[in-house]
Parts: sequence; structure tokens; C-alpha cells
Amino acid sequence: MGRLTEAAAAGGGASAARSAGPPPAPLPLSSTSPGCAAAMASSEEDGTNGGASEASEEREAVGKRRRLGLLATIWLTFYNIAMTAGWLVLAIAMVRFYMEKGTHKGLYKSIQKTLKFFQTFALLEIVHCLIGIVPTSVLVAGVQVSSRIFMVWLVTHSIKPIQNEESVVLFLVAWTVTEITRYSFYTFSLLDHLPYFIKWARYNFFIILYPVGVAGELLTIYAALPYVKKTGMFSIRLPNKYNVSFDYYYFLLITMASYIPLFPQLYFHMLRQRRKVLHGEVIVEKDD
Amino acid sequence: AVLSFSVGLSAKSQRSQNPLSNIVRKNHSWKQVEILDAKTREKLCFLDKVEPQATIAEIKNLFTKTHPQWYPARQSLRLDPKGKSLKDEDVLQKLPVGTTATLYFRDLGAQISWVTVFLTEYAGPLFIYLLFYFRVPFIYGHKYDFTSSRHTVVHLACICHSFHYIKRLLETLFVHRFSHGTMPLRNIFKNCTYYWGFAAWMAYYINHPLYTPPTYGAQQVKLALAIFVICQLGNFSIHMALRDLRPAGSKTRKIPYPTKNPFTWLFLLVSCPNYTYEVGSWIGFAIMTQCLPVALFSLVGFTQMTIWAKGKHRSYLKEFRDYPPLRMPIIPFLL
Repeated sequence: MGRLTEAAAAGGGASAARSAGPPPAPLPLSSTSPGCAAAMASSEEDGTNGGASEASEEREAVGKRRRLGLLATIWLTFYNIAMTAGWLVLAIAMVRFYMEKGTHKGLYKSIQKTLKFFQTFALLEIVHCLIGIVPTSVLVAGVQVSSRIFMVWLVTHSIKPIQNEESVVLFLVAWTVTEITRYSFYTFSLLDHLPYFIKWARYNFFIILYPVGVAGELLTIYAALPYVKKTGMFSIRLPNKYNVSFDYYYFLLITMASYIPLFPQLYFHMLRQRRKVLHGEVIVEKDD
Repeated sequence: AVLSFSVGLSAKSQRSQNPLSNIVRKNHSWKQVEILDAKTREKLCFLDKVEPQATIAEIKNLFTKTHPQWYPARQSLRLDPKGKSLKDEDVLQKLPVGTTATLYFRDLGAQISWVTVFLTEYAGPLFIYLLFYFRVPFIYGHKYDFTSSRHTVVHLACICHSFHYIKRLLETLFVHRFSHGTMPLRNIFKNCTYYWGFAAWMAYYINHPLYTPPTYGAQQVKLALAIFVICQLGNFSIHMALRDLRPAGSKTRKIPYPTKNPFTWLFLLVSCPNYTYEVGSWIGFAIMTQCLPVALFSLVGFTQMTIWAKGKHRSYLKEFRDYPPLRMPIIPFLL
């Protein structure tokens, strides 16, 4: 269960979940983790990351940064500043649009290029994990970024009729606030000057933002279902020479269903991180 | 609560102990063992008068007496709360402890035997595939119920798939010698989902009324079948060779070497040729059926087996100084 929780970030809460500490300590890997499966016994994995307090996390982070090359630090600082700026621009554009037009209709269209640029750029975070300059696991980062890419490109961009739904604004707002908080948190952490209110924001905003984001995403996918069914988009039917089929409609349904087990796990993980980081609670994690 | 449990004779009864055993046990260097919870440091058990030659396995048995819900298979005892688990064969005397040994206990959770897991996870695909092959009702349209495919390759695929899993079941019962007796209970659900799920997914397409046979026809099927058969024989040969490395009931580890059987000569180039042959079998099956889900299953299996092979390779290198340097974990020269 442990590994699933981190790895399962679904949509809006995705980056809120990632906001669990700059070395976002993945959950303790127990001997039941996937890497230690049936057939041939590999060595028992025994992770005890869960007990790290913020102090030791930061020390760990600083220690890791000391080992980070100068180049990596400069690049990461630049990256996080750029992303903070990008999402800020997005936020401002959204506010201005609403102030000028008084409606959310057409909002997505007006900000879509910026959104697509910065959200897609976040794919780099997987590379950061791969080359080890960020201590998150590749799988966790991969799942989280992928869910965002999925939402932007495979739902909102591709299914035009739903672009003016209110639910789109809902998740856009949640994402924007989350990302601004998260990237500025990373930026300040890298610069070794973390104002308490940023840390506070990072570990409290998610309480509201995560459910809001998830709601926005689910409602958007739900609104898209009729169009997907009607057009049969992104689907492969039998017969074909590779003997496979894919029904995007059912895929979306399964995706929606997967939020049910995943969301609570992530949410409670975030709550536990929050208690540890903000209140210094030592939480005795279950083995799995 | 501290539970005091005396192994052997208590102080009082020592005075009245059997004089014969007094002669036999000249060495009165009993050890004491206290077992603490690794997380809460709570004292769970205190064993006094423990034989210095006692093994961890025996200590686990003693611990079970006071805490019957923690049978030995689910106990992890260690010298350091965050350290590695002690082995069942480890002898108390040989450990870096004083007269009182402090052991930390961690509950590994409900355990299930490897044999049980293997049998369940392999019996599923065997059975499930046949449901699709015989076109049992409610899978395909009603007009197809219990009909038979007109493509030879579909029948061949059923034979191969069934053979593969029957072989695995028989190997589990008669060939494999397991290092570990049990694994966490959760694994059975995870593993069965994987095996059963993929089996159903593949079987659905191969046995579908709208199945399209391979592009290059009989040629492709023959080649693929050859690959499949060779790799199955190879895989079996490796399993037998590995079995012969280890006497029944033992847990010894030795470097595997090629035998007279040509299939085992792959040991010259890889540490885990059983995995190499397994991947090969599934590639053969994928080519034979020209079915993308089979290819995906092969890919996922390959990824997992590579992880295991790399782990095994690393353990070999750590344990044996003279490990053949030419060997790679799973793919000769490459991976």
C-alpha cells in the first residue's frame, strides 16, 4: 500500500501531494513493495524514511544539495524560478480575463498556450529524478506529471466541447495556486531562505486545494464522456492485425474509478507529512 | 509488560536439578535474551537461561510461545532496530552480543507459503485462458458461445499457453527449492491480479471471433513455435541445474555453472538464464499470436525479471570473489 500512495497522485492533488517536503520522502518501502515480488526473492527492502522530521529532512536536503554540483543547483534554481513565474503569469491572466469578461467562457482558450507550455515543461522533473538531482523517485514524479499531461492534452485539449465547463476553471485554479506555492517553496529551499509562511502554505493549502482539484478533474472527465462515446475518439476496434482494442470511453471510466482508492491514500499521506513537518510529530508508520 | 520466561531450569530448581545433567552441562554460560519491539522499544519478552548455541530459529519458537499470534515466519529479529534481519541459522553465541542479547522484533505481517502463492498464481491463468478458448458464454457475443476458432494458430496458442503454466505448476511442486518458506500475504493478491489479469486480457484477443492470424502466416507461426519450444526447454534445463546445486532441505548458495546439457551453456554469459529463456518464450508466443497485449505482457515481465536478475547478479558478485566476470545479469553482453 505504501508505495502506491505516493505513486498514485491523481490530478489536482498531484502536485499538492508532491509538496510533501523538498526531498519528498517517498513512503517507507516495506518488504511488500513491488520491487520485492514473488518468484525469486530479492533482498528485503527496509526503508525508514517516514520518520524524518522537517529538520532532518532539511538537513538531508542541504546535505544532498552540498553534494549537488554547482551546475545542478543553478539549473534547479533557475527551473523553479521559471516555473513559479510561469504559473504566476497564468494566474494573473486568468484573473484579468475574468475581470474583463465577467465570465469563464473562453478562459481556457485564452490561457491554453501558456498552460500547455508550462505544464508540459514539467516533464523535465522526471529527468531531474532520473539523473538524481532531485531525490524523488522517478516513478512517483512520472505518475504525477503524467496525470497532469493526461488532463491537459488528452482531455481538455482534445475534447473541445468541454473547454468552457466550470469544472475546468475549478481545477485550473487549484493547480495554479498549488504550483505557485510548490515551486516557490522549492526555490526558497534551494536558496536556503525559506520563509515560514511559504512552508505553512505548502502544508496547509492542499487541504482545500487537493479535493477542489480532484473535483474539477473528475467533473471535467465526466462532462467529456458523452462526446468520447459519440465520436469513438482515441479508440481502436477489432479486427486489426495486432489483435488489440482500446476504448477510450471505458479507459476514462476506469480512470475516474481509480481516483476512489488513490485520492484518500494521497490525502492522508499529505496530512501525515503535514503533522510531521509543521508540528514535529513523530509518527510511527505502519510497516506498509 | 515484561514477561519473564525461563528456559531450562529456574534458579530455585537448580538446587534440585538432575545431577546427571549437571555433569553434562559443564558450561554454565547461559545467555539471556530480551526481545524489544523495534518501533516502540517496548519489552515484549525476556528469556533467561538460553543456550549459547541456540539458533535464531529456536529463539523465534520460544517467542511464539509467549506471543502465539506471531508465528516464527512473521518474526523479524534483528540486533539493531533499523538493521538487517537475522537469519534463522544464526547462532546466538556467534552474534556480537554480551551475556544479555537485546533483539529487536518487527512483525512482518501475515505470511503465506511460497508454494501456495505459486500454485494459485499459476493455476489461474491456466484455467482462465481455457474459459476464453472454449468461448464460455458472456465473454463474446451469444452466437459464438462454445464455438471453436477456425485458425490453427489459435489452437496451437492454447496448447503452448497451457503447457507453459502446467510446466510451472509441476516445477513448483517437484523442482524448485525455495530459500524462503513464506512471503507477505499481500503478495498473493498483487501477484494473482497481475497473472490472472494479463492472462484474461491476452486470452480475450487470441480467442476472439475477430482474431486476425499472423501476417506472414505459417512461416511466422513455425518460427515462433520453435523459439517458444527451445526457450521452454532451456528454462526447464536451468531450473533443473539450479535444483541440483542445492541439496534437499538446505539453503546453500553456489555459483551455477554450465552442465552437459547445452541449454545450460547460457550460464557462461548470464547469471539468470532462466529469466532469459522465459523472456524468449514469451517473445516467441507474441510473434506466434501477433497480439499486442502479449507483447506488452512480455515487456512488463522482462522489466521485472531484469530487476530480479540484476539483484541476483549483485548478490552473486558480493558473495563470491571468483564470480565469472564475463556474465551479465540477463542479456548476454548487454544487460
